[in-house]
Amino acid sequence: MPKPTAIAQAFWDQKSALWSQGIYTFKEALGGYALGCSLGIFVALLFAAWRPLSSAFMPYAVAANAIPIIAFAPIMNNWFGLLNPFSKMAIAAVLCFFPVMINTLRGLTSVHPSSIELMQSYAAGRVSLFRRVRIPNALPHMFTGLKVATVLSMIGAIVGEYFGGPTEALGVKILNDSSYGNFTDAWAGIVMASLLGIVFYAVVALAERLTTSWHPSARAFHTE
Amino acid sequence: MSAVSIKGVSKQFEAGVTALQGIDLDVEPGEFVSLIGPSGCGKSTLLRIIGDLTKPTAGTVQVNGKPADRARRDHEYGIVFQDAVLYDWRTVSKNISLPLELLHWNRSRRNARIKDMLELVELTGFESHHPWQLSGGMQQRVSIARALSFSPSLLLMDEPFGALDEMTRERLNAELLRIWQETGSTVVFVTHSISEAVFLSTRVVVMSVRPGQIAGLVDVDLEQPRTNATRESPRFFELVTQVREQLAAAGARLGETQEPALVEDQV
Amino acid sequence: MSAIAVEPSNRGIAGALPRAAARALLLVVGLAVLWGVWEGYRWLGIREHWTWPFKVNDTNMPHISKIWHAFGQPLQPDGPPLRHYLWHYAIFTGKEALAGFVLGAAIGFFLAVALSQSNMLRRGFLPYIVVSQTVPILAIAPMVVVGLGTKGVSPWVSVAVIAAYLTFFPVAINTLRGLLSPDPEALELMRSYAAGRWKILWRLRVPASLPYVFSALKISATASVIGAIIGETPASLQGGLGYAIVNFNQYYSIQPANLWATIIVCALLGIVFFLAVVALEHIVLKRAPENVA
Repeated sequence: MPKPTAIAQAFWDQKSALWSQGIYTFKEALGGYALGCSLGIFVALLFAAWRPLSSAFMPYAVAANAIPIIAFAPIMNNWFGLLNPFSKMAIAAVLCFFPVMINTLRGLTSVHPSSIELMQSYAAGRVSLFRRVRIPNALPHMFTGLKVATVLSMIGAIVGEYFGGPTEALGVKILNDSSYGNFTDAWAGIVMASLLGIVFYAVVALAERLTTSWHPSARAFHTE
Repeated sequence: MSAVSIKGVSKQFEAGVTALQGIDLDVEPGEFVSLIGPSGCGKSTLLRIIGDLTKPTAGTVQVNGKPADRARRDHEYGIVFQDAVLYDWRTVSKNISLPLELLHWNRSRRNARIKDMLELVELTGFESHHPWQLSGGMQQRVSIARALSFSPSLLLMDEPFGALDEMTRERLNAELLRIWQETGSTVVFVTHSISEAVFLSTRVVVMSVRPGQIAGLVDVDLEQPRTNATRESPRFFELVTQVREQLAAAGARLGETQEPALVEDQV
Repeated sequence: MSAIAVEPSNRGIAGALPRAAARALLLVVGLAVLWGVWEGYRWLGIREHWTWPFKVNDTNMPHISKIWHAFGQPLQPDGPPLRHYLWHYAIFTGKEALAGFVLGAAIGFFLAVALSQSNMLRRGFLPYIVVSQTVPILAIAPMVVVGLGTKGVSPWVSVAVIAAYLTFFPVAINTLRGLLSPDPEALELMRSYAAGRWKILWRLRVPASLPYVFSALKISATASVIGAIIGETPASLQGGLGYAIVNFNQYYSIQPANLWATIIVCALLGIVFFLAVVALEHIVLKRAPENVA
């Protein structure tokens, strides 16, 4: 483990190269994130709207969640091509899908029965029930999934690159440096990956604050 | 035409439990009727049958001369639950506005009505508060305002003050009576408090358990408007005693030893 | 009794046997559907020459039967079949993951206990724990293995350390949440019995935290397997599933079925870990009320 000052020095010296490599990898992560999260939300809505579908599929989703999906990264590389960023996006998307889907579905279905009776008493239709009750109720849960997914998408992109990718990618740089014994440079790469991950997480957390400022937990933000 | 007309209503649950059997009841417009009974007597179920939130296994229910499902779709009633069931993501104003949005009222009409409703329940100034910033009593007042916002002729209330402390409950009882008289609506009120039932109602329906049946009716002839002095009048105590004895008799017929009226009802 | 539940509640109290049978049926149906979709897509894709999102051919989508067949094929002429290797790889990786899982869960649990005892510790530490969750930890895995290797730490220990690291976070956070979950009245009740800090911890906080702990352990079970597999990939650590993935990945264009078979074993290992925790949860939480009282 190299000294922090040495890592900082290496980071500073290579900042422009690290930045472009980081952005390359971040784009893969972001693409996978967008794809996986929107698919997860869509499937959660579908399951919530049609319960038999949900009870039929949930056991499989739970099982799928228990398997090390990241092991599929080399398959994605083979399917879409090592140099094609879509191979990393695909693995990031699959990683993001489950937590977002499961959390959103939990939010959509954990509505207090009286809330539903209230909407029934107004003879409100299904669309109304979703728009006015289920979806707002799901937002805090959904954001829990979306925050977890930021980290997963970065992991998916970088680990995907460990199994092979173009040299302009951060994961490839980290792996190459460490296999040549340049641990200081490798750590500088990890610092860049971490910074991007933290910024990504913070942006989503900010979006959460803005959209769910009504939530009682907003009061407890600083103790969370 | 009765505000609520219940004929031969029975309700059986899947497990074979008979919640209600042979209920006949007419509620006249402008009446304040309380349903009281021990845990499991089906009083909340009966309220939900009136509101078409659950279907009876037998019998018919009419609200304002319409079948219950038609009445629900025509927004003939507003409902208040034991929990205020306010949406955290909506402010007080927006919560009251919910049924109005579903009725496609335009914004200016909605805002005018919200203002009136906040005055009615004395919450002016709390428009932009979120529900979790209010006390339990205030939340329930918002819930009442929401139920009355579209001026339904019938108000269904399911133990609305059951979770509140005694003092808040008495204050809200008085407020509810004032609102009832100002709006001239009909109220069907589920409670497990004898004094609350007597204080509020023009008529108390005493129910027995297993199966849920009407064990007796008590006409409450206390004069309006009712005040704290009403609670101390001899007639009030007579009526409370009358309801208590009917509850005890209903329990005794079943050989029940428990104090029936004090058990919280969740059915 | 809330008879008005509009949201469908959990299925009724059915017998255990029919439920197990239903689950077995569900599993069979699920696998059959998966098989059908795979072969159907493959058949259509080859016939229609699909190239988007990926080219469908024998390499990218080998027949399921071929993958199944690969388990029985020897890797070298006259050598033992693939399943023999994969079995040993799985045991190897499973041991690493288990060691890491136990270590990480223990550290996470005791850290949470410590944090639950002091407001100041919690204020000081918790933000760091939360922020460190945003770091792509798995990305550091190769670094840790190679780095510790230069210090003479045997690779399988390094891999276990990564598995432990991945296990530790969810357990620490969830356990803390569970330990702090009893409401103030329950705490006051304990104090009224003149129960001290330790009694409150063991009789109230720990039992209350168990459901939270188990929901974290279920996440961690998979995480520890992931940590072990990914940790192995750069370690030139022969004998684990991560090594097998790297190795068979290089021969994917010739023998794709071998990589697929390895990944299936990885999936099974993850599911076995998960189910083991579920079983443990059943045993522990069912007894919990007796132990508490």
